Amino acid sequence: MGHGPAVKLGKDNAAAYKSKIGISMFFVYTLTYFGFVVINAVSPALMEKVYFGQTLAVLYGFFLIVFALVLAVIYNHFCTAAEARLN
Amino acid sequence: MIYTQSPIAIGLFCFFVLFVLGLSFYLARRTSTADGYYAAGGNIHWFTNGIAFAGDYLSAASFLGICGMIATAGFDGWMYSIGYLAGWMVALFLVAEPMKRLGKYTFTDALDSKFNSKAIQLMAAISTLVVSVFYLIPQMVGAGVLVQPLLGMPHWVGVCIVGVVVTIIVATAGMASTTYVQFFKGALLLICSSVVVGLVLFRGLGTDPNQGDTKEYHQFQTLQAEVTNGSLQVAGYDVVEGLDSEFGQEGFVKLSQDGAETVWHLKEAATGYELVEALFVTKMADGTKLYNGAPKEDGKFFAVGHIKEITVDGKEIAQTGAVGPLEFLNRFKDSTVVLWGKKYVKVGDTTTTIYYQKPTPGSRILRPGLKFKVDNASGLDKFNFISLMLALFCGTAALPHILIRYYTVPSQAAARKSTIVAIAAIGFFYILTLYLGLGAMTNGVINITDNNMSAPLLALSFGVLLFSVISSLAFATVLGTVSGLIVASAGAVAHDLMDNFLGMNMTDAGKVRAGKISAMVIGGIAIYLGIIFEGMNVSFLVGWAFAVAASANLPAILMILFWKKATAQGVAASIFVGLTSSLGLILVSPDMWIRYGLLPQDAPVAFNSPAAISIPASVLTLIIISLMTQKKGAMVEEGAEA
Repeated sequence: MGHGPAVKLGKDNAAAYKSKIGISMFFVYTLTYFGFVVINAVSPALMEKVYFGQTLAVLYGFFLIVFALVLAVIYNHFCTAAEARLN
Repeated sequence: MIYTQSPIAIGLFCFFVLFVLGLSFYLARRTSTADGYYAAGGNIHWFTNGIAFAGDYLSAASFLGICGMIATAGFDGWMYSIGYLAGWMVALFLVAEPMKRLGKYTFTDALDSKFNSKAIQLMAAISTLVVSVFYLIPQMVGAGVLVQPLLGMPHWVGVCIVGVVVTIIVATAGMASTTYVQFFKGALLLICSSVVVGLVLFRGLGTDPNQGDTKEYHQFQTLQAEVTNGSLQVAGYDVVEGLDSEFGQEGFVKLSQDGAETVWHLKEAATGYELVEALFVTKMADGTKLYNGAPKEDGKFFAVGHIKEITVDGKEIAQTGAVGPLEFLNRFKDSTVVLWGKKYVKVGDTTTTIYYQKPTPGSRILRPGLKFKVDNASGLDKFNFISLMLALFCGTAALPHILIRYYTVPSQAAARKSTIVAIAAIGFFYILTLYLGLGAMTNGVINITDNNMSAPLLALSFGVLLFSVISSLAFATVLGTVSGLIVASAGAVAHDLMDNFLGMNMTDAGKVRAGKISAMVIGGIAIYLGIIFEGMNVSFLVGWAFAVAASANLPAILMILFWKKATAQGVAASIFVGLTSSLGLILVSPDMWIRYGLLPQDAPVAFNSPAAISIPASVLTLIIISLMTQKKGAMVEEGAEA
């Protein structure tokens, strides 16, 4: 069998914790993303409304991109802390 | 037509090619083991891997296709950017670390890590090859398309250059050289795109897109016409196709002046009609095409894209001057931009494609609905849209050529961190695509018959040097993505099929040799496919790749990770059902019916995007077959890491 990592990995005691917060954050982002998709599909005219000088479509699009990065950084922070604590 | 061949572009491209070839030969001397060849020794720094992810992922489809789509359809084009980026969150939160923990060289390793099942090895390898080849063909055809205007060479030369260079990159040092090619390409793409966007913002918005005073933008005319005794009269023109002709029935007329024919869009006015100048392409019975009534070389078909009105604080202005990123969008929203509609008129064996002006409020462009049918849409239209957005969301984390990058880093933490770098880099690039697309839309650079060149042509409006840099970069973009695809395919053949499925038990050196030979064979096949698909619009194959990956691979990956009762039979069956159902639904879709020369309404299914059906079908198959084979199959002992 040619399976198993290409480099030797140590046991990761934080894996269960990381998986748990990963799933939680995945659901948060998925809901936000599909909220965007559903508004576009069901009420596209709403996306033309202007808030803070921009259309809701542009604001929501930027939010999805920036929110992705923010969540990713928060996720990494918790994961790194858990790795330091548990390994 | 609109393109300029540039010695600087040729020089820059040659420099990039020689640089990556030199790098590949240098790295080849250090790549003698299978780990080194398939996974770059597993010691790539996470930051390098993150940028390489961007270089791997941001294919010609992203760089050229999305910018072109935004340039002609506004926000709907940007929705692809948003969907593609969102897919990386699936990769980060669910896939990155387990993929690194479970696999060795290919994503099949991770799927098969707890089963040692021949069925999984076979199905996952087939799925890898199908997805990679679908992704590969548009890249190779795109290389041929790019080389024609940029380097002045025929299509097959472009395909061969990319095919041979990439095969050398992969056959010398495998994943090691591929990683660095992707890293440099990703970094250059981000830097150069930022420069173009900076210049777009500095120029601001204006009603006269004169391309930085370097090129005269065509001044579109409006004529007044009267109807006398039922026939149209236009001062100074002869009416060739009038109100009662096929043109007239579609809302157009064809006029002639000094032997030159022109097509005009009819608009009812207080007295008679107002005629607005249009562009037209005539396809004769023998296949010859005339652009605005003349051969392409005559240059009578001009670039389009301009703003009709800019309103600031209730006053009309001609030029905004330099603006910030948010102010650019704000001013754009309050402008009226001329978009272009398309209609076909058939007279005998001659078909005329007419592109006519559609002044559209900026706020309407910055919301969905110009490309996707979402306004007053049927339930089926909405289903189709949601299904497409689902495929984009689920496809990224299941693309084999992306997943194999997880094996090049030393740890799970590095896999996670490199994904975050990828999200930052790709997210930033996708924000830039909005400005590149809207910049092209308003700077008079769009070739309306082929919007894929919008980004390079936008760069041309800032000078030949920037055009040369962006053009050679577009070509290099193909190199980075194709090398990733060939590594993934070579791994599927040499590692999954030959070594594991056929049990050839090769030595370490044998595995490297098998990988190199596989890369050369796949490179040869890629060249062949790139040449035979010349002239075909095959960009839809990238969409297929996403739909198939999302349907065949993602349910298997996620269920193995998070469902304890998954069995080998269930996983193999799920890949099979996901693969065949997504492909089958695509082949009988309305879009394909058009390609077969049939009427789209006659297609057996009424939607184009299969993901909303094929993904649930794949998941259900996995659950049912796994439950049926609990005693026979090897059960996963641990779920998500529980």
